Amino acid sequence: MFYREAGDFKTTYAEDNQTFPIAFDRYRYYAVLLIGVGVVPFVINDYWASAILIPFLIYAIAAMGLNILTGYCGQVSLGTGGFMAVGAYTSYKLMTAFPWLDMISITLLSGFMTAMVGLAFGLPSLRIKGFYLAVATLAAQFFLIWMFNKVPWFFNYSASGQISAPERSLFGIAVTGPNAEAWVKYLFCFGFVFVLAWIARNLTRGSIGRQWMAIRDMDIAAEIIGVNPLKAKLTAFAVSSFYVGIAGALLFTVYLGAVEVGSAYGIVKSFLVLFMIIIGGLGSIFGSFAGAAFMVLLPVLLRNILTGVMGWDTALATHFEFVIVGALIMFFLIVEPHGLARLWALLKDKLRLWPFPH
Amino acid sequence: MNDLSHDGYVTADGRQIGGVVMEMRNITLRFGGVVAIKDISFDIREGEIRAIIGPNGAGKSSMLNVISGFYNPQEGEVIYKGTKRPPMRPYKVARQGIARTFQNIALFEGMTVLDNVMTGRLNHMNASILDQAFWWGKAQREEVANRQKAEEIIDFLEIQAIRKTPVGRLPYGLKKRVELARALVAEPKILLLDEPMAGMNVEEKEDMSRFVLDVNDEFGTTIVLIEHDMGVVMDLSDRVVVMDYGKKIGDGTPEEVRNNQEVIDAYLGVSHD
Repeated sequence: MFYREAGDFKTTYAEDNQTFPIAFDRYRYYAVLLIGVGVVPFVINDYWASAILIPFLIYAIAAMGLNILTGYCGQVSLGTGGFMAVGAYTSYKLMTAFPWLDMISITLLSGFMTAMVGLAFGLPSLRIKGFYLAVATLAAQFFLIWMFNKVPWFFNYSASGQISAPERSLFGIAVTGPNAEAWVKYLFCFGFVFVLAWIARNLTRGSIGRQWMAIRDMDIAAEIIGVNPLKAKLTAFAVSSFYVGIAGALLFTVYLGAVEVGSAYGIVKSFLVLFMIIIGGLGSIFGSFAGAAFMVLLPVLLRNILTGVMGWDTALATHFEFVIVGALIMFFLIVEPHGLARLWALLKDKLRLWPFPH
Repeated sequence: MNDLSHDGYVTADGRQIGGVVMEMRNITLRFGGVVAIKDISFDIREGEIRAIIGPNGAGKSSMLNVISGFYNPQEGEVIYKGTKRPPMRPYKVARQGIARTFQNIALFEGMTVLDNVMTGRLNHMNASILDQAFWWGKAQREEVANRQKAEEIIDFLEIQAIRKTPVGRLPYGLKKRVELARALVAEPKILLLDEPMAGMNVEEKEDMSRFVLDVNDEFGTTIVLIEHDMGVVMDLSDRVVVMDYGKKIGDGTPEEVRNNQEVIDAYLGVSHD
């Protein structure tokens, strides 16, 4: 009834090309933004910020990044954790070396640094594909973690080998460190997510996005109609690493505060982000959000249900949480192998006809 | 064959054909010990429909791959617009105005018809990645301008109704048409068609033949075409190259080729007594 194109006439190509062609979607998007900026910061508390909202926002950025590389350009990467570590260590070095630098610049610079590293590790993609490329990026993962562990310059020769984020502020309000308040951290991440999602959407609907997808779907044909494979793949690696680097930097500076590289950015993290985009939906910006939400929210939800509602022992609940999350992932993939984004699209198709299914 | 002077010739149906736009000189292509193309020379003239025919394995597709830069021949030269073309990557050849379709459809299955066609326009788009990221002036203007061209081609090939359909869901005949659209939208100087009618029924072949003639007529595009259906080839093409086992055994108008003894032998076989 309310969800349809009928009567919403597009008279220019720019209008036809917009992100949300259906009016209801547009209003829903504005409503989400309004709630995100106007309501959540006022009601947020430490638990919601640190258990749910901030990790969701940060992983959404990482998932968008990996989705650009794997979902849109078809290059499998298992180096996400390593690239996140590059972002984290760049921001750490910048924060300690230039204390006057504001956090937005630090985070952006960390992204650019990671983009450079991503470019270097993207070079093998010109010769190898598929599983073999995955193994090459796996090498990047292990090499980067090893480097951050073994070269003391990266952790400023601290005795523990850990890095911890000093307090830095933006417009006089603390963003990092123990004194930063929940709503500040939340809004800081929200701003990055908003801008990066918008950029991701712009890139994927334009000429460069079509080149990425052409490479993904049929690389030989793409080259014959004029796609430069070198340029397309390397831009995908650079843009993707930029996103992943920003996510890694935020995870360290805003969320965790102190980091031991092996446990925070290990191979587990690479797989976590990969699961997010597979469950959310490859080649979909919405899917990146859905996947991040699924992987962040589900364990929290389960833990609360098992210990809170059913009164289980905490240790038992923690173990069963893994079992149930794993089972649910398999269930979702069997029901819809194309991820939550496809379920969402099917739902919208149904809604378009509702309540008259013919 | 009519007068093959430098200025071209007039076809049977009265079209004026221009000068040589591409010339293949003594092309030899080997894969290890297998010789796919043996010392073949022919020319392609502006505005003509040039067919390459021959039995299976004759080297026709290899020839097309040489023209589109996918293979680099070991010997011989490709002369394009009067200058020798150095070995170059296929995407650079595409930028010089050579577009093609494939024998086995090579569309981007995950993308919509419109996106496939728009991908064909990429050589006409050069907004920087920063412009595209923020969807600023040039990126947006370019997108709309190229969309206009894409829609013209979509109208021309009568695929308006499916423009937002993912290509993977389309039937075979329509896929062939979308592939033609993707090649055509690049506004190529030379259009290479690798078996555009393969696997089609009579009606679809008629449609496709009409499109090939219309493209040649409306846009003045030079067309090089590989096809097995002799009826189609003889009707459509102005001049025909016949290949067999990598060698050129005939070259001329459809009429000349049809009466060429070597060609008849290649197609019908000869007795070995």
